[in-house]
Amino acid sequence: MRIVVQDAPFDFGAEAAAFAADRRDMGAIVTFTGVVRDSDAGDLQAMEIEHYPGMTEAALADIATQARTRWSLGDVLVIHRFGRMTPGEPIMMVATAAPHRKDAFEAAEFLMDYLKSRAPFWKKEHRAGQADWVAAKDEDEDALTRW
Amino acid sequence: MDVLYFAWVRERIGLPKERIETQAETVADLVAELCAREDRYAAAFADLSALRVAVDQKLTGFDAPLEGAREVAFFPPMTGG
Repeated sequence: MRIVVQDAPFDFGAEAAAFAADRRDMGAIVTFTGVVRDSDAGDLQAMEIEHYPGMTEAALADIATQARTRWSLGDVLVIHRFGRMTPGEPIMMVATAAPHRKDAFEAAEFLMDYLKSRAPFWKKEHRAGQADWVAAKDEDEDALTRW
Repeated sequence: MDVLYFAWVRERIGLPKERIETQAETVADLVAELCAREDRYAAAFADLSALRVAVDQKLTGFDAPLEGAREVAFFPPMTGG
């Protein structure tokens, strides 16, 4: 299990390849990458992510550990950035390795649902002349009830 | 104890962290103490349903006890991912 919280960009391809390397007993590798999406108006200048150092790493490790107890997984990777990034840049990724794909897919979805509303990150959108904190969505909270 | 603020809570109160000497027994008692200090705290804590709290870096509720706590953090609902 590897949990990384960093401000630097990461190379999704290299991370996915390293995660998948030499796993003779894992039949399924699932990866997900979250990318900064421009606004519909195309005026998003930057996304700024604040986090709670210390609690962030502990919360991500706790979520990943929960996933490992619920599904048959060989390994879990979570990378999440903080700081300022621009549209098109990767924000975060998760990867799961499992003997079978159902476990890998479900665990990846579980990780995504939980880290959206249980890991201490806050997004702020910068547009020309204004900056707004992104409000949490009810559906993100509702998504947890299915687990 | 150390009291930390994040995102718009930090902006509204005007600082990320402060050391507070308190006898508050619960998080709610601490919030009441802070609100009585200055308007900026009352403004930040006006709607507790819009806030989350962590004691010693674990998410908890406003009725959580503070005995032995070293760090309390207030912040809006999280928006990771």
